[in-house]
Amino acid sequence: MENEGGIKKFMYVNRKAPYGTIYALESLEVVLIGAAFDQDVSLAFLDDGVYQLAKGQDTKGIGMKNFSPIYKVLGDYDINKLYVEKESLEARGLTLDDLQEIMYEDEDDDWEEKPSIRVVSAAELRDLMDEQDIVLSF
Amino acid sequence: MAIEVNGKTYETDEEGYLANLNDWEPEVATAMAKEDGTELSESHWEVINFLREYYEEYQIAPAVRVLTKAIGKKLGKDKGNSKYLYELFPYGPAKQACKYAGLPKPTGCV
Repeated sequence: MENEGGIKKFMYVNRKAPYGTIYALESLEVVLIGAAFDQDVSLAFLDDGVYQLAKGQDTKGIGMKNFSPIYKVLGDYDINKLYVEKESLEARGLTLDDLQEIMYEDEDDDWEEKPSIRVVSAAELRDLMDEQDIVLSF
Repeated sequence: MAIEVNGKTYETDEEGYLANLNDWEPEVATAMAKEDGTELSESHWEVINFLREYYEEYQIAPAVRVLTKAIGKKLGKDKGNSKYLYELFPYGPAKQACKYAGLPKPTGCV
């Protein structure tokens, strides 16, 4: 695919539970740092990665920082494409209602607030991955 | 490293950011600013307090462009611009204000 002015399509793929390993937090940090470079960024959540967006996370018992509120500011970093795989949600008995609400303001539509999370099928996600210049897996 | 304020020692990282967010007290900000040759005004405090609330809610120290936008929304357009914020915090509004607020260095700042 052709690039406009050096802008590449980056997809960060998150497949692991938020705690227990450092992958989820590291991925989020890379995403935030990378946001400074004005690229076309999207995030994908599949397998246990869907738990990263779960509502009402409480980490007191494991002595780790609950970093889930950070996902809510992604819109301010112009990151507003959060794809969640439908099959992964279903396999875990989850629906969109179990995920936290993450909004962004659409500057092309009079700053209207719109949801960043989009539930997609595995087939749709595969097509999205195919469109990317760079896919980073965590 | 550490910073001493009123006989109390606060642990900091190698760049002078507080090691423990919960250690913070307003006097720490005043002392840090004094070291940089700055006396904190109402306007400085407005930004510092904003950052502490922001961190409390989102668990992140915002990058400078995000901070600028958020300040504009909360405190008005005349304050949500780089010129205003850089006049208050010449070392970089995100970096310097986060430091005084006891927050970690903003993610993505080098």
